This record gives sequence, structure tokens and C-alpha cells, in this order.
Amino acid sequence: MINLPVLPILIPLIAAIVLLFVSKSVLAQRVVSVIASASTVVSALILMAKVKSDGIQTVDMGSWPAPFGITLVSDMLSILLVLTASIITLCVVLYSFRSIGNGRERFYYYPIVQFLLLGVNGSFTTGDIFNLFVFFEIMLMSSYVLIVIGSTKIQLRESIKYILVNVISSAIFVIAVGFLYSVTGSLNMAHISARISEISTEPIITVLAVLFLIVFGLKGAIFPLYFWLPGSYAAPPAPILALFGSLLTKVGIYAILRTYTLFFYHDQPFTHDLMSLLALLTIVAGVIGALAYRDVKQILIYNIIIAVGVLLFGIATMTEESIAGTLFYLIHDMIVKAALFLLGGIIIYIAGTSNLTKMGGLIRQYPALGWTFLLASFALAGIPPLSGFTGKLLIVRAGFSEGEYVGSIVVLLSSLAVLYSVVNLFMEAFWKTPETPLPDVKKQTGSLFIPAAVLVLLSVLYGVGTEAVYPYVMQAVDTLIHPEIYIDAVLKE
Amino acid sequence: MEILMCIVAGLLFAAAVYLMLSKSLLRIIVGTGLLSHGTHLMLLTMGGLKTGAAPVLGEHAASYTDPVPQALILTAIVISFGVTALFLVIAYRAYQELGTDNMDQLKGTEADD
Repeated sequence: MINLPVLPILIPLIAAIVLLFVSKSVLAQRVVSVIASASTVVSALILMAKVKSDGIQTVDMGSWPAPFGITLVSDMLSILLVLTASIITLCVVLYSFRSIGNGRERFYYYPIVQFLLLGVNGSFTTGDIFNLFVFFEIMLMSSYVLIVIGSTKIQLRESIKYILVNVISSAIFVIAVGFLYSVTGSLNMAHISARISEISTEPIITVLAVLFLIVFGLKGAIFPLYFWLPGSYAAPPAPILALFGSLLTKVGIYAILRTYTLFFYHDQPFTHDLMSLLALLTIVAGVIGALAYRDVKQILIYNIIIAVGVLLFGIATMTEESIAGTLFYLIHDMIVKAALFLLGGIIIYIAGTSNLTKMGGLIRQYPALGWTFLLASFALAGIPPLSGFTGKLLIVRAGFSEGEYVGSIVVLLSSLAVLYSVVNLFMEAFWKTPETPLPDVKKQTGSLFIPAAVLVLLSVLYGVGTEAVYPYVMQAVDTLIHPEIYIDAVLKE
Repeated sequence: MEILMCIVAGLLFAAAVYLMLSKSLLRIIVGTGLLSHGTHLMLLTMGGLKTGAAPVLGEHAASYTDPVPQALILTAIVISFGVTALFLVIAYRAYQELGTDNMDQLKGTEADD
């Protein structure tokens, strides 16, 4: 099974193609989607066990040796993220059965979700910088369709802005790859890394580092480049929003993490100080948004931006401890954001509005939903036994030991703001006495609630079982801190 | 030759940025077209414009031009073609549904709908 790293990319691809042929039978769509998503999760689990026991797995496509062909590289970081993305997609697909609606289901919703997973898993796994661009485009094309599917007025309006921003960032990505090719003469990421370390004093490398930060910052919504996100993410329905919020921006963060640990670690005083500053401004911008809105979707959307800022600060600190914290927080944030958006979708479905001032009193009829939401909120803020704690603890501790006092304090204060914003959401939606009393008839939410509850449960287990996850994360950190391991595994010297 | 190409690509970028900052949606899409032209030209230039035969082995030449950037551009062209087609269709749908192509009027919050 030397081709194991291909499976998390191949299964969604085949599933998506099969689904295109059975688009009019909703039942077949659902069955095939669930089977495909579940087998993606299983293949990712098998691959993770393989990476754990045997180290980095690489596949040279077409048996061309490493710098000349496209190489797929599954190190611990990429397989952890692939596994998380596949689990989230499975839960979102299950959630979609009830919530997405027959019209969208018949018009290629499920195949597009599979294509999105294909793009995300491919981006995490590829070892070739231009191939990364192609997988980005697969992911973005699917997201264009998902954001506009159903074509309500708000979706049409916001999709135009979303597509425009991403077309521009893709163009900058191609230019950056062109520059990198003219400087290093290679497209294989390990080979580029080796070439850059030979010419690391050249200022052009720093220019390229900033160019890549702009590109991935546009995808991942960091400070001056996050302007497109709040409007665009508010447009699509809840399951699509959960996919976007938990996967798309995190792929940008992954790309920053990968390029800045593999290519651009030579001129740290400039690039990492810049990143640190942008991270803090991102947190501040997110906090302002999360506190300002009285709308379920917008509060959760601005919490994405805060998390992106925290992750970027962890990358900018660039010690073993802070990278470990970043990975813990990255996986936690993917799971818990998906859970929160799914739960938020149920709240909006029950209340019939996303405006907090018009809600209230849901706890009487939906106690399970309420307490699950509160649990997910606490996990998001990083209350100790839950999942957000370890990551933030490591990031803050690394920040203090590197003398980044302002940054670490801002990260700590941001947790307070996160907690305030989500608990305020909880109080308004569940405790407050509503202006118009709720109808006595309870809406059926069981099939919506279960996938979301599974994600919350996973996040709780992830928090409680940190000891069990720790060796996996540390193996990923080891590869990131020592790029030689990655280079040797790919180029097989 | 590379310098000339860089200047031309720069002019394309300038025109693209100018068009994308305008109010009409069609002008913006024309801007994205110019942007991708500039990008592809830049990619070709970045690979080096050394003289050599076309990268076809039947030519039996002493040196060939670099085939890698050409493959990259071919990929980037079809991708931007697909995205532009989707963008144009969405712009058409938006014109039908929203009745305007002026970006200033594509504002507002969910409550307006």
C-alpha cells in the first residue's frame, strides 16, 4: 500500500464523479456521499497509523523521481488535518440531509461538497507548489458554486465579491510561484527549500515571503485582508457556512505554516515580526466585530478571524512550543467552529431569524441544544478541561518565554472577548424572555442535532484526551521545526 | 527582451487594477481578464526568454526553451477560463435578479432582502 496518501484525495474524486451521474435521485446521492465520506475518514485513519509507525509517507506520481515529478507528501501535520477535514465533512453531509433542502440537493450539492473535500485534502497533502495552486483552485471553484447554489439575492450579491477577491489572490499566487521558479528553478517544495537555504541572504527571498503572506493571508483572512469574509460567509446556509468556516481559512493558515517553516525561516527578524504585528491586529479586528454584532452568524464569523489571529501569532513566535500550540489550536478550532456553525444553524432554524434581539427562551424547549451550545462556547474560549485550552496555553507560554509580552497578553484578553461574545449569544438566545412567546409546538431537530453533538463530543474528547493526541502533534512539530526531515524524506538522499 | 515583457505585464496589471476599481461589473470582469493575461505573460517571462527551439523533441535542436513554464501557463489558462465563465454567468444571473450592474447598488444587509 505505498499509494496510501492518494486515497483521501482519490475517494472524494471518484465519489464526486459518480454523484454527477445520479444527480436526480436524492437517496442515491445521500447514500454515496455518506459511504464516500466515511471511507475517506477510514483511509485517513489508516494512513495516520502508517505515518505514526513509519514516518513521512511520500508518493512520486508516475514514478518520476522527486524534484521532477509531482510528489504527494503525508507528514503528521498534513494527515492530522486531512483526518479532521474528513470528519467535519462527514458530519456536515449528515447535517445537510435535513437542512439543505430538496432544490439544492438535486442540483449537485453533494458532488460539489466532495470536490471541496478533494481540494482541501489535496492542498494538505501536496508537495509541489504549483500543485498546491491547482488544489486551491479546485477548493475555491467548489466554494464559488457552494456560495451561490440556490441563488437567493444575497448569495448572488456576495458571491460576486467573493469570486473577485479570490480571482485576484489566485493571480498573485501564480505570480509568486513564477517569481519563486525564476529564483530557485524548481517547483517541488522540498527541493525549493534546499535551494533557498543555499541563497538565503538574498533580499528577494524576503520579498517572496511577504508576497506569499499576502496570498495566503487573503485566503486565510488576516488583518488588512479579511474585509471580504464577514459579508461572504453570511450569505450561504448553515452547513455550507460550517464547511467554509472550518476548512477554507484553515487551508490558508496551513499554507502559511508550511511555507514559513519550509521556505522562509531565514530572515525571521523581519518576516516574523511583520507576521506577529498582523496577527495582533487580526485579533483586535476580530474582537471588535465579535463584540459589535447582535447577529448569530456574524458573531461566529468574527470568531473565525480571532482564531486566525491567534494561530498566526503562534506561527510568528516560531519556537517548538508555539508551533505545538498552533497545531493543537488549529485542529481544535476546525472541529469546534464546525460544531458552532451547525448549532448556530439549528438556532436560526428554530427562531426563524439570525437576529439576537428577536430571540429568547429557547432553553425551555431545547435544553440539550442549549447545554451543548454552551459546552462548545466554553471549548472555543479555552476553559481548561475542554479542547481550546492546551493550544492557547502553549502559544501564550511560548510568547512569554520569547519576550512577546504584548502579544501574549492580547491573546489572553482575546479569550475573554471570545467568551463574552459567545456566552452573550447563549444568554440572548436561550435565557432571555422573548418578546413574542415561542409557539408550543416543538420543531423536530433530532437529525440536525446529532451531527453537531458528535462534533462537540469529539472536541471534548480531544480536550480531555490531550495526552493521547500529544505524541502525534509532537511528531508533526518535529518535521516543522527541522525541515531537513521533510527534505530528506522527499528527495531520498 | 525580459525587461520589455516586464514593462508590458506591468501595464496590463495597471490597466487591470484600474478596471477592477470601477463601478460597472462588466468592467471588473474585463479587468480580471487583463489580470490573468498579465499573470501568464509574467510567468512566461519568469521562466526566461532564452532563444531555443520549441520544446518538441523532433526539432533536433542544440537547446530548447524551458517547457515547465509553458505547462504551468496552460494549466493556469484553463483554470482562469473556467473561473471567468462562472463569473460571467453569475454576473448575468445577478443582473437578472438584482436588476443592476452597478457595484455601488450591490450593498446592504440581509435585512434589506
